[in-house]
Amino acid sequence: MALVNIKINGQPYQVESGLTVLEAARKCGYVVPSLCAFNHGKCSLASCRVCLVEVVGARGLVASCVYPVNEGMEIITNSQKAVEARRASVELILSNHQKNCLQCPKQGKCELLEVANIVGARDQKFMGEQTPATVDELAPGLMRNTAKCILCGRCIERCKEAHGISILGFENRGFKAIVAPAQNRSFAESPCLQCGQCVNVCPTGALYENEEIAKVDAAFKAGKKVIVQTAPAVRAAIAEEFGEPIGTTGTGKMVAALRRLGFYRVFDTNFAADLTIMEEAHELLERITKKTAPLPQITSCSPGWINYLEYFYPEVIPNVSTCKSPHMMMGAIVKSYFAKQHELDPKDIFVVSIMPCTAKKYERQRKEMPEDVDAVLTTRELAKMIKRAGIVWNKLPDEEFDNDLLGEYSGAGVIFGVTGGVMEAALRTAYFWLTGKEYQEINFTAVRGLEGVKEAALNINGTEIKVAVTSGMANAKKLLDQIKDGTSPYAFIEVMCCPGGCINGGGQPFVKPIFLPNEDDDILDTYRAKRASVLYSEDERLVIRQSHNNKDIQKLYKDYLGEPGSELAEELLHTSYDANRARFPEKK
Amino acid sequence: MAKLQPQAVKQITEIVERYKDEPTPTMMILEDIQKEYGYIPLEVQELVSELTGVPVSDIYGVVTFYSFFSMVPKGKYVIGVCLGTACYVKGSQLVCDKFGELLGIKPGETTPDGLFTLDLLRCIGACAVAPAVSINGKVYPQVKVDNVKNIIEEYRAKEAN
Repeated sequence: MALVNIKINGQPYQVESGLTVLEAARKCGYVVPSLCAFNHGKCSLASCRVCLVEVVGARGLVASCVYPVNEGMEIITNSQKAVEARRASVELILSNHQKNCLQCPKQGKCELLEVANIVGARDQKFMGEQTPATVDELAPGLMRNTAKCILCGRCIERCKEAHGISILGFENRGFKAIVAPAQNRSFAESPCLQCGQCVNVCPTGALYENEEIAKVDAAFKAGKKVIVQTAPAVRAAIAEEFGEPIGTTGTGKMVAALRRLGFYRVFDTNFAADLTIMEEAHELLERITKKTAPLPQITSCSPGWINYLEYFYPEVIPNVSTCKSPHMMMGAIVKSYFAKQHELDPKDIFVVSIMPCTAKKYERQRKEMPEDVDAVLTTRELAKMIKRAGIVWNKLPDEEFDNDLLGEYSGAGVIFGVTGGVMEAALRTAYFWLTGKEYQEINFTAVRGLEGVKEAALNINGTEIKVAVTSGMANAKKLLDQIKDGTSPYAFIEVMCCPGGCINGGGQPFVKPIFLPNEDDDILDTYRAKRASVLYSEDERLVIRQSHNNKDIQKLYKDYLGEPGSELAEELLHTSYDANRARFPEKK
Repeated sequence: MAKLQPQAVKQITEIVERYKDEPTPTMMILEDIQKEYGYIPLEVQELVSELTGVPVSDIYGVVTFYSFFSMVPKGKYVIGVCLGTACYVKGSQLVCDKFGELLGIKPGETTPDGLFTLDLLRCIGACAVAPAVSINGKVYPQVKVDNVKNIIEEYRAKEAN
């Protein structure tokens, strides 16, 4: 990349050409506050007018988030004129913002408040009428409050980029403009995947998850046996909530914290991930050998993906595995097998899932499986509970999950949290079943990595099996169109809703450079790989790396389920999908 | 989308086809639909989205941005009262109020018989004849409050014949 010479605040620098002034300034050590700019000028409509700087020779102040650097440019970020203009921009945004910060779901993580502090915004500098607000609290996963929206458009861009469906858009004009699904509908009454990617980029409390901490509190109060399970991706990110660098393993401390919060049992959803692999690999072999259903088979772990399937590709439903997602399987097994072995009444058990996901909140309320899981908390909500309880993260010891019937888990289960992980886990087991021996190298590295679509061909007993892995619905679309056209060359496809998989889920800690002064400038490009490495290294550390070698899984089949695909397994671990889901149902 | 008549689906598909070579056809498609049907309900927006690949939220954004588009059926006669500066100082607000009073509707609404819609306009470029009223494109110059009744009667009479 060619370099250009620029001056910032009188100091000479060399930076790559093609950068925006904002990026160049940050590289040289000057932070210009901004609200709409996100990553490399992406998600930026230059709408917030906060990142104004002076460029010598330019007409007026320029929005640094979209203004490219060029040779000889002189930039002044901290002149009185620029500082005052930035403050005025923020004050104007605040004039149409609901400022009940104490009740705000993004409290402590609000970029607007942080930027207001940085620029020194004065309270109620501008006052006047406010845009009529909409509060949408109908959807099980996501909520929206337009009174807190600053119309930056980040959410719109993220939805378009990740999924190509653009649920949110600008509506009306001028003073009445809002960001909303078409017709200002609820997320529950539009074809929203409830994946929460929009929540992750929203700078304010305009988009947030449906918090379920109160439900968990009520279960404790009612004296229920509250059993908790944690998804693999949670351990890869929860430490970030307590100030640790991105990419820190949080498994041991998280388990210790959950125990100190008083949960009756602390289980790992990875056990159920292993169970999913047993069922899913069995289903795949049935499809290949007995042609029970069409190929390719597609994974079903991601509820955001299932939403996309039902709304946009109902024709592909026969291709999707009927397996419930791992945490729902766990709930079903806890309330049947575990309850039976311990002589507990399932009604006294309350299952809480800690998930990196907001769509799981929707999934647990699906009519096909209403009883399995009672509450879903995101990684962020768990961190809130830990902080509320006064548990000091840094002083926690590393502890192990409870080893009680459902305790053991394999490395295959751990990597479920990252794109390609479910595929790799399934291949380890399918290879063993087809050949009678373990895959020597264990790792199927071809399906690893964060690209949108990955393919691999695997030679098993002389038969070539082609597989594909995708994340983000914009990427999945190509593979799904192939299936619709009957030209799909694959036998098995893994689909995860969020780009990069669950490690980048809508319930994960926010990655916002403004709050991460110790991370590198390119953290928005690297955080997913850093979180993924946590899971791959935990997989490496474990002795048991294949789901079928999990002793507790073997015992569960021997003592209770029979074999994969048995009648009882079908009843407890499998589900069905709705081919007639209306994208815009009649409003309630 | 289930509510659309097969004939409407066919016609809208034809309209979309007209602009299949345009890089950004949304506005043109919506304009034609607005002219053809007088309004663009969500079902139609969904269909256009399906046919063009433009997200429904984008289409909805365009429809709600431009006052030319409507989401509800408009009356047979759309009465546009100009509230631009020149017309306003010449008393067009009073003219507007009179239309509303006689028709029993507020600006933006349509009479129950589907005959009249009362719209507010911001300068139609007829400042020389302020206050101006435009009905289905026909401009009435220097409208006084006392004329309003006659104008309405003119159209009622037309309908009666």
